Amino acid sequence: MNIVVCLKQVPGTADVKIDPNTNNLIRQGIKNVINPFDTYALEEGVRLKERHGGKVTVFSMGPPQAEEMLREAISLGADEAILLSDRAFAGADTWATAYTLAAAVKKLGQYDMVICGRQTLDGDTGQVGPEMAEMLGIPLVAYVSQIEEIAGGQIRVRRMIDEGHEVIQSPLPAVITVTKEINVPRLPSLRGIARSKSAAIPVWNAQELGADLSKVGLNGSFTRVVKIFFPERSHKAEVFEGELADKVDRLIDRLKAGGLV
Amino acid sequence: MEYFLTDQQKTIKSLARRLAEEKILPVRAELDEKEEFPRAIIKELAAADMFRVFIPTQYEGLGGGCFELALVVEELSRVCSGVAVSYAASALGSFTLTMFGSDALKQKYLPSIASGSRLCAFALTESTAGSDAANIKTTAEKVEGGYLLNGTKQFITNGGEAEIYTVIALTDKSKGPRGASALLVEKGTPGFSFGKKEKKMGIRASATTELVFRNCLVPAENMIGKEGRGFIMIMKLLDISRPGVGAQAVGVAQGALEAAVAYTEQRIQFGHPLAAIPVVQDMLAEMAIQVEAARALVYAAARTVDSGAYDITETSAMAKAFASDVAMKVTTDAVQVCGGAGYMKDYPMEKMMRDAKITQIYEGSNQVLRSAIASHVRKRKAKTP
Repeated sequence: MNIVVCLKQVPGTADVKIDPNTNNLIRQGIKNVINPFDTYALEEGVRLKERHGGKVTVFSMGPPQAEEMLREAISLGADEAILLSDRAFAGADTWATAYTLAAAVKKLGQYDMVICGRQTLDGDTGQVGPEMAEMLGIPLVAYVSQIEEIAGGQIRVRRMIDEGHEVIQSPLPAVITVTKEINVPRLPSLRGIARSKSAAIPVWNAQELGADLSKVGLNGSFTRVVKIFFPERSHKAEVFEGELADKVDRLIDRLKAGGLV
Repeated sequence: MEYFLTDQQKTIKSLARRLAEEKILPVRAELDEKEEFPRAIIKELAAADMFRVFIPTQYEGLGGGCFELALVVEELSRVCSGVAVSYAASALGSFTLTMFGSDALKQKYLPSIASGSRLCAFALTESTAGSDAANIKTTAEKVEGGYLLNGTKQFITNGGEAEIYTVIALTDKSKGPRGASALLVEKGTPGFSFGKKEKKMGIRASATTELVFRNCLVPAENMIGKEGRGFIMIMKLLDISRPGVGAQAVGVAQGALEAAVAYTEQRIQFGHPLAAIPVVQDMLAEMAIQVEAARALVYAAARTVDSGAYDITETSAMAKAFASDVAMKVTTDAVQVCGGAGYMKDYPMEKMMRDAKITQIYEGSNQVLRSAIASHVRKRKAKTP
């Protein structure tokens, strides 16, 4: 089985600051990591390869420093990793990102499955996987929590829904997006780390992808981030100090005044 | 302290630490409480290539030496010595084969030890032969098709869990120690069974059992090295493996020091953290000095072993004896500075204190080692090169 896994490099922290002037995330001084949901996608790809043979190819669209993450992917079992990087890709929304990744998958040619994490930690949209399926013209199953069987050019999976789960069968090739219930990602191995250090990480630009420049980056984006902001705190807390009985009286007065009791 | 590790050594150390913190830490108390062998963790260590570290590259290993092994053992032991010794015992069990075995025997067994799919064990001790290792009674009688093993080994680490055993037995009783040989015995060989599983004070996650041999036929090609060379091989083996016990001791001492500092920083008495009280600081400083000194000596000894130096007995014994005494002292003091909490099982200090004790005892008790060191000191008139 030839498996494509799509990864995104995201800030490795929940405490992200926003530059008030540019509305961009402040990425300086923050260690980047593989988007946590994508680590499950990678692990599932590597497990499928171990079970069914074939290879795992990892794609990431991002700036040159995403190479470091792609090396990590190799230490975790990916066979090859290709960085999609071009100034023209900057400012891409989910649609333009999916277009670029789908172009890379088409260029690769031979593939049986594309695996993505269910969403990214920073963008949080969960759209890139489904959009890729549309652009590749192949089926999509999102929120997959278990691959039950792969046989006869078909895949049977469990996908999580609000009320429980669905079992879905689909022909291959297909795109699946996975949830964290699907596996426990492994740690790297010493041989994997050694391989990752010497691996070549090819970089494909827009031209090499044969991409239509009007469809990548900011040009190809239907949506634009106008502003990012933290919601203002509209709640105020009052702290009553003093003797307990006094505090209780004041609390009751306060509740009455607010029409709450 | 800067120990000038190579990139590969740094990678080994940091991955071993990650494994210890992510996979062992969450379960160490339970493994200790239940005396449960850490099979799932062994699988994780294998998947991360940790068993390849001490196997030569031509047998699918990474070709590391005593020093690389020490780095892994130290990091594992920092979190749980019981797991660390289960790992290290596989190295100990494989070293005789690596050093003295035929190429065919190495081809047959080392790759599966490297992959971690099969654990290894080393079997010397018997009820009559502890420090007095020459007094073993297990025999390997030459017969048609191989050797017939008879006897009982005692206190064998990884007993029952390992698939491959390096067993020391007398091939010629009349020659005493000069009649000893090393044989590889696979689990499942008819006539080979496991006796009592020991209940232990510390390193309780590790398995310690008797090995019982009753007319157990071992193929002749499973002889490691030359017949009758068993004791010479064992002495060489233990010289090489002792820095590993030292590393285990450094690891447990380091773990206890970290736990003690963490606790004394957050425990408030007399309006201050304990760590701000001079008498406590004095103890913490002393512990830190001891741990670092032990580490420096163990690393130096491991590097001496890897250099191929001819006489390593004294160096390796010094490292093991010093580091294990440090481990006992530091873990005891870790319990002491943490007071009542240190004594309770809610904290890791008491487990570390129990785990530390064995390092003073096995692979040559510190008393036996000191007597060996003394004879070397007398021989060289205490002079340094």
